[in-house]
Amino acid sequence: MSPLTGVSAKPPFWRDIRILKWAFQFTVLAIVLALIFWLYGNYEENVAKSKIPTGLEFLENPASFTMPGSTFDQSSPVWAAFVQGFINTLRVSIIGIVLAISLGTIIGMARLSKNFLVRLVASAYVEVFRNLPLLVLLTFMNLAVVLQTFPRIEQAWVPFDLFVISNRGIAVPWFEGSDTNLILVISGAAVLALLVGVARSKYSDRTGKPARISFFAFLTFLIVIVGAWSILGYSWTQPVVDGRGTVGGLRLDPSFFALVVTLVIYTSSHIAEIVRGSILSVSKGQGEAADAIALSQGKKMRLIILPQAFRVALPALGNQSLNLIKNSSLGAAISYFELTQIAQISVGNGAPAVPAFTVTLAIYLVISFVTSFIVNTFNRRLALVER
Amino acid sequence: MKSWIRHNLFRSWSDGILSIIFGALAVWVIWVLFEFIFITGRWELIQVNIKLLLIGGFPIESLWLLNASVIAIAFWMSSVFGNSAKVSEKTVKLSTKIAELVVRFGLILAMGVLIVLLIGVMESISIAMAIIAAIVLGRLVNRARWKFDLLARIPTVLWHALLILPPVTLVFLTLEAAELKLWGGFLINFYIALVSIFLCFPIGVLLALGRRSTLPIIRFICATYIEIVRGSPLFVLLLLSGVALEFFIPQNSSPGAVERAITVFTLFTAAYVAEIVRGGLQSIPKGQIEAGKAIGLSPVKATVLITLPQALRNVIPAQIGQFISLFKDTTLAGAALSIVELLKVSEAITKQPDFLGQGYIYEALAFVSLLFWVGSFVMSKESQRLEKRLGVGQR
Repeated sequence: MSPLTGVSAKPPFWRDIRILKWAFQFTVLAIVLALIFWLYGNYEENVAKSKIPTGLEFLENPASFTMPGSTFDQSSPVWAAFVQGFINTLRVSIIGIVLAISLGTIIGMARLSKNFLVRLVASAYVEVFRNLPLLVLLTFMNLAVVLQTFPRIEQAWVPFDLFVISNRGIAVPWFEGSDTNLILVISGAAVLALLVGVARSKYSDRTGKPARISFFAFLTFLIVIVGAWSILGYSWTQPVVDGRGTVGGLRLDPSFFALVVTLVIYTSSHIAEIVRGSILSVSKGQGEAADAIALSQGKKMRLIILPQAFRVALPALGNQSLNLIKNSSLGAAISYFELTQIAQISVGNGAPAVPAFTVTLAIYLVISFVTSFIVNTFNRRLALVER
Repeated sequence: MKSWIRHNLFRSWSDGILSIIFGALAVWVIWVLFEFIFITGRWELIQVNIKLLLIGGFPIESLWLLNASVIAIAFWMSSVFGNSAKVSEKTVKLSTKIAELVVRFGLILAMGVLIVLLIGVMESISIAMAIIAAIVLGRLVNRARWKFDLLARIPTVLWHALLILPPVTLVFLTLEAAELKLWGGFLINFYIALVSIFLCFPIGVLLALGRRSTLPIIRFICATYIEIVRGSPLFVLLLLSGVALEFFIPQNSSPGAVERAITVFTLFTAAYVAEIVRGGLQSIPKGQIEAGKAIGLSPVKATVLITLPQALRNVIPAQIGQFISLFKDTTLAGAALSIVELLKVSEAITKQPDFLGQGYIYEALAFVSLLFWVGSFVMSKESQRLEKRLGVGQR
């Protein structure tokens, strides 16, 4: 028999690579499914034995706990607690992300400063906070700084008569009036400012005159806010100490303050490294070109270097923002009423553990996916188009 | 000197103001730290509780086994990873070499001295000496491997099996001698981190290969797992394992808190390792695997022998970064699962009758921060050194 006949013939099925591939995939799939069914079977059996409900009905039960500083009370359903927790998580995350990116950018630029002392302080900041566990920082901020160093309410620090700082929280001057209106006005102003910005940029493209986007957008924003302020009759109050608490203004929970400050410090130390790396990644010729057309140092940074660095940094910044959102779950360790803490309390109050935590994880997953979707969309629009 | 000051501190008058502000800030911070460490700090809290902080409730009579395992692990690590890269042939002056060593190990050394002072026993010095001796011996063994014909003839598998045998036996003996429940303090942070690192690495590599595979079902399974785990917070997963793990396994087998923590850390970090390894795999040019195919390697062999080793080498720094954050995250196990790890112990000791209500939390947390900070800082500096030595990104 010639050796070639074996080659031209169709191989037997157990040596056919296409069949083998599918067989392998289905084996793995079968193993994974078997594992899932085994876990789920155990779960069914175990909850049946101890008569624990498996559905989401617990969301309708009364929560039987209270949250300070919200309309939520004991008879409200558990789902209302979850909604409040979700809002609190978002509040911490949004404030934290904005502050962390601003602070991180400043420190990242400071690490590249020509001034030796500025460079030194910025590097020390980054190296210290990057290498500490977040929970240690949070515990320090909560137990040592807020609860122990901040004075009792009787001896509260009152800088400029505007703030009241004590271990019962920090009170800041705040608007008086309806919150929904405020949010509507601010978002309206932001949208309008965005539109004006786009219009200015188009105008600049058409006529070649400087766009001054930030100036005009900010002006629009300011006009809308001030106009709405006077029409809707807003005023502002400043907090004053009254007995064992404060009256007026907006009181920030001590745990809220500790959580936000810690998250900002920790995340900004990571963001600073990202910003530094992306500034260094902007090619040297860009800075030299800016010098050649005699831009000032500030303008050079703002108009030439940072926009290009931002483009490089965007995916990493998105990652850090996601980390910050996920790390906000540590609020549960210092009893801040965010999502995780709500889940934990609900479980403690008799909600079934597996469904409650599944709901929590699902909410976090949705937040994560939405955030990464936003970042990816921006990234696709801003990414450098290679030749 | 004068020109340096002029150039770095007082370029312009605004620069001068910045210098003064930041100089004042730096001096103030240094002064506060100095005052805290040498004047106002009440370190008897740490001194009294040093055993609790370092090993928790680990029984004293089995301590020698623990020490022996640590020494064995040090020997194993340095004999496997110690000196594998090419040694530069340049002769360096002894003084520069000593200076290098001081920069590299100064922090660790200072901390070791501090802990020895706090424990106040000569025994700890002898253990430190034994660890150093084990590391040196490990390097010598590593070098001897290819120098002597007799050693070079031992098959690689057997050689590694022989090397890993002593630490594994000793760790098992230690686990036999003292239940995991009793372990605590920094020891348990270290144990959780170390075991999770060893377990998560192979899982992560498999997940990465699965996600890069051409087989759609495998790719889907791996991608789903990775994205779900990366989208969820570690703390919630730990809490979940604390209250819900027993529902998913047969009854009558309730795992201890440490086992739960290790499970979660392993499964969690594996997803991140997978993404890092995937990045490494993507950085390998296609020609490599095509060359492998051209010389008749099967796809599996081409991956294992050609792409994977290069990919893993390229991502060593990112890996170490991930392991550092795992090491730091072990503190979460205390808050979520009530494991008596270092942070938990440090909070607990401030509530002892002798120290209650006197604001000892600063001292306790300062000690915890120091241990974690030195650990992570040294690891990240070593990884930068390794990166340079391996020449990552220079080709």
